[in-house]
Amino acid sequence: MARLNSPEALENFRQEILSKRDPKKPCISICAGAGCIASGADEVIAAFSAEIEKEGLQAQVDTKGTGCPGFCERGPVVVIYPEEICYLQVTPEDVPEIISQTIKEKKVVDRLLYEDPVTGERAIHESDITFYKNQQRTVLCNNIKIDSKNIDDYLALDGYSALAKALSKMTAVDVLEEVKKSNLRGRGGAGFPAGRKWEGSRNAPEPIKYVIVNADEGDPGAFMDRALLEGNPHSILEGLIIGGYAIGSNEGYIYVRQEYPLAVKNINLAIKQAEAYGLLGENILGSGYDFNVFVHQGAGAFVCGESTALMTALEGRVGEPRPKYVRSNVKGLWERPSVLNNVETWANVPLIINNGADWFTEIGTESSKGTKIFSLVGKITNTGLVEVPMGITLRDIIYKIGGGIPDGKKFKAVQTGGPSGGCIPEEQLDLEVGFDELTKAGSMMGSGGMIVMDEDTCMVDVARYFINFLTDESCGKCVPCREGLRQMHRILTNITEGKGEEGDIELLEVLSETAVEASLCALGKSAPNPFLSTLRYFRDEYEAHIKEKRCPALSCKELIAFYIDPGKCLACGICYKKCPAKAIDGGKKKIHIIDQEKCTNCGTCFEVCPPRFGAVAKISGKPVPPPIPEEKRIIIRKSKNNE
Amino acid sequence: MSDIFLEIDGKEVKATKGMTVLAAAQSAGISIPTLCYHEKLEPFGGCRLCIVEAEARGWTKLVVSCVYPVEEKLIVRTRSEKIDRIRKTILELLLAHAPDSPALHDLAQVYGADKNRFEKEASFCIHCGLCVRYCAEVKKKNAVGFVDRGIRKEISFIPEIASKECNDCKECFPLCPTSYLQAAFVLTEALVFPSSSE
Amino acid sequence: MDIDRIDQIIDKHQVAASSLIQILLDIQSENHWLPREALERVGERLEVPSSRIQHIATFYKAFSLVPKGRHEIHICVGTACHVRGATRILDTVEEAIGIKSGETDLDLKFSLETVNCLGCCALGPVLEVDGKVHGKMSPVKTADVLKNYGTKN
Repeated sequence: MARLNSPEALENFRQEILSKRDPKKPCISICAGAGCIASGADEVIAAFSAEIEKEGLQAQVDTKGTGCPGFCERGPVVVIYPEEICYLQVTPEDVPEIISQTIKEKKVVDRLLYEDPVTGERAIHESDITFYKNQQRTVLCNNIKIDSKNIDDYLALDGYSALAKALSKMTAVDVLEEVKKSNLRGRGGAGFPAGRKWEGSRNAPEPIKYVIVNADEGDPGAFMDRALLEGNPHSILEGLIIGGYAIGSNEGYIYVRQEYPLAVKNINLAIKQAEAYGLLGENILGSGYDFNVFVHQGAGAFVCGESTALMTALEGRVGEPRPKYVRSNVKGLWERPSVLNNVETWANVPLIINNGADWFTEIGTESSKGTKIFSLVGKITNTGLVEVPMGITLRDIIYKIGGGIPDGKKFKAVQTGGPSGGCIPEEQLDLEVGFDELTKAGSMMGSGGMIVMDEDTCMVDVARYFINFLTDESCGKCVPCREGLRQMHRILTNITEGKGEEGDIELLEVLSETAVEASLCALGKSAPNPFLSTLRYFRDEYEAHIKEKRCPALSCKELIAFYIDPGKCLACGICYKKCPAKAIDGGKKKIHIIDQEKCTNCGTCFEVCPPRFGAVAKISGKPVPPPIPEEKRIIIRKSKNNE
Repeated sequence: MSDIFLEIDGKEVKATKGMTVLAAAQSAGISIPTLCYHEKLEPFGGCRLCIVEAEARGWTKLVVSCVYPVEEKLIVRTRSEKIDRIRKTILELLLAHAPDSPALHDLAQVYGADKNRFEKEASFCIHCGLCVRYCAEVKKKNAVGFVDRGIRKEISFIPEIASKECNDCKECFPLCPTSYLQAAFVLTEALVFPSSSE
Repeated sequence: MDIDRIDQIIDKHQVAASSLIQILLDIQSENHWLPREALERVGERLEVPSSRIQHIATFYKAFSLVPKGRHEIHICVGTACHVRGATRILDTVEEAIGIKSGETDLDLKFSLETVNCLGCCALGPVLEVDGKVHGKMSPVKTADVLKNYGTKN
C-alpha cells in the first residue's frame, strides 16, 4: 500500500474502496466495544462466522465487529444492514435463527427486538427505538458502521476528507478562525472555548508546540470517550492533526487511561494504519506538513485528568497539578505552548471543518453549541450513551430517552459532572443541559456522566462516597484539599454511621469554603460540590441522620434494621435458608424472627422474601419492635371452607 | 530588568518582572505568613497560608503569593475577613496533626486558631515539603522523598542513601516545623538502614 | 524478572526519562509487580533519583511493590456501580476469598483491588477477573464467577 501523497490520491483511493462495496449487500455489525465484549460479544461474533461458513454464505454476507453504539445494557448489540434491523441481547444460540430468518428469508426475529416498556411495541430499526429516536448522533453515529481495526471503513464514510480540505484548501489561520466561529467549547468539563485556547498557543512565541488528547476519562460513571476512542479512533486522530496544523504544532500526544486496554490497542493500531497511508508522519498528503503522535498510558490516577497534572505525567513525573497563573496553552508540556482538549472535543473538529462553523452553531443554544454525549447510567431503564443537542432538558433525557426509573421506583436526583458536580432534584428537571445552566443549579455539566438516583439512594451517602473517592485521588500537595477532605470524610462517615453531632454541617461548610477558595487545582476547588448540592436540596436527610439517627432512604447500614412483619410472614422458610449469618429463627408454620444481635444487615432476607408476602421491612430511626410471644408465632392456615 | 509598581496593603511597592508577590511584599517589609516557603528553594505553594487578595482589571481573586507573579498596577490585600478565616482553618487542620509545633502555635495565636477543633491525626507531618525539597534542590542527594498520594501521602527516607549521607549532614532537621522529620529519620535508621556487614 | 528483559523495555522507550511511567507500566504488566531490583535498574539507566521512582511507584495505583496473586480481581466502585450496589459485591468477594481490598491471600492465588471506573458503567455492578469483565453482577452471580477460579464456598 503506497502512501497517499495528495488529496486527489486520497479521493481516488476512497472511490476505489466504495466501488468494491455493495451497499445492498447484507452486513452484520456486532458491537465489539468493551461493554458488549463483557456481555459475550466475542462469542457472538465467532458464532456468526461459524454459522455463515456452515451455510456457505461467505460471499453473500459480511460480518464485522464494530465500535460501541452506546446501548450497552442491552448488549451484545447486533445491527443488520442495509435494513438497519437492530437486535439486542443476542446470544450465540440466537445466531442460527438470525441467519436463517433474517439473512435468508428477510424476516425479523421478534423476540430479539427492543420492546417499549410502556406500550409493549417492538421497534425494528435502530432509529425507531425510543432510546435512539430522540438523540442526535452527529458524533457517535458512525461507531456501529466501523470496524475500528480497519481504516478503510473510516475512509468509506468520508474519513480524512476534513484533513485533506484543511491542508489543501485552508490556511492554518483559516482553520483556527473556523473553529473560533463555531464556538466549540471543551467537552471535558471546563467548557473553555477551544478556538480561544488554540489561538493563545498559535500566538505564543515559542516555536515548538504540542497538541494533546485528554483520554483519561476519570469521572466514574462516564464512558463516552471510551466508546469514541475504541470505536472510531480515526475521528480523533483526524481532529488532532487538524488542530496541530492550526496552531503550528508537529507533535501530538494521546494520554489514555490504562483501565481502557481496548482503547489503547485500537488507537495504537489506528496510528500505524494512518502512518502507512501517509495520513500521519512526514509530508501528509503531500502538503509539506509533518505531524507525529505518541500514545501515553495513564497509571491509575484520577488527578491526571486535570490538564496540568496530565502534562506533568507526560513528562514522566507524579501527576501534581501546577498553578494556572500562567496558562498551559502558553507554558504547558515542557514549558511549551500546549493545547489540551478532551476526546469528544477533538472528534467534533473534522465535522466542523467539513460542514462549516455555521452548521455547528445551528445546533444547541446561544452559549452552548453543538451536541453533547452523556453517559446515562444508574437507576434508569435505558442505560447507555446518549448524544443530544445542547438545550434539551434533563427531563427529556431521563424520561423520553432513558425510559424513566425502573421497578416502579420514584426518581430522586440526577448527579452530573462527576466528583466535581452535584445532584439535581426533581423540581429542577426542566433545566436545559449546557455549560452554564447546570452550574447555576449547583452542579455542572462536566464531562457527561449522568447518574440517575432513586428513592433508595441516600444523599448523605452520595456526598460521603464522592469525598471518599477524592481523599484517595487527591495528589496531596495542598492543605485545603488533602486535610480538608480528610476531615470532611471523617465527619460525613460519622453522620452515616449515626455518630453525627450538632455543628457538623457548619464545620463541613467551613471546610468547603477553604477548599473552594484556597485549593491548588480544580480537583480541590470543586471537591465540596457534591456535599454542597446535596445539602442545598436534601438538607432534611442530613438533619434526619444527625438528629434522629435515621436514614430516610433506608440505605445506611449502621442506621437500619431488618424486621419481619409477623402479620405478613407465612413461614415459607426462604429467608431462613439464605441468611448468611444464620440470624433468623423460624420453622414450619412458625413466624420467622430476625435475631438483631446476629444480623449483619446484608439485606439478603429483604431481597429473597417473595413479593407476594413482602414480609421483610427496613426500619430506621426507631427501635425494632420486640419479638411477638412464642404462642403467637404458630401460623394457623385457614382452610378453604372458612374463607 | 523592567520595574513594576504594585500596591500592597495601600503601600506602593517597586518590584521587578518575574518576582513573586511574596518576594515583593518582603522587600517592602510587609509580612505575609508562610510555612512551606524557603528563600533557597523553588516556591512550593503547598500550605496556602500566604494566600492574599489580588485585584487587577476590576477582578478580585485569591492567589497564593509565593507563586503569583507581580503585575503592573496590581492591588494586593494581605488581610481580610475571608483571608483570616481561611488561614485560621488551614492552621486548625495542621494543628490536628502537630498541636505542639512552635511555628504553628505562634501563627495560631495571631489568627485565633483552636488546636482542638478537629480530631487528632496519628501522623504529625504537615507536608510542607521543606525536607524533601532541600535535599533535592540544595544538597542534591535525594535522600528523602514523598510516597503515595492524598490522605496517605508521607515522607520516606531512602535507606541506602540516608545511611551514607545523613549523619554527616542533617541540614534539613532544623527546617522541620514539627520534628516529624527527626522522628522519621531515627525510626528509619533503627529499622531499615543497611547494616555495615551488607 | 531478569535484567536483560528490563533493559530491553528501557531501550524500547529510547531510555527517555519522560517515559519512566510507560516503562514501569510495561514491567508491571509483564511481571505483575515491580521488584526493587527492577526499580534500581530503571533509576540507574534513566539517571533518575530513587526518591522520584519511589514516589511514582506509590503515587500511581497501577503499580504494585509487592507480588500479586495469580488471579487479579478488580471490583469497580465507580458512581454508577456504587449506586447499583457495588459495595455488596465487594462484601461477597471479601467473604468468599477471605481477604480485604488491597490485599493478596497467603497462597498468592488471589489479589483484590477496588477500581474507580472501568468504563462499563451501563453494566454495573462490574467485576473484572484477570482482565475479563463480568457485568450485571449480584452477590449470587459473583459467587458463581468465583467458583470458576476455585473458591471454597
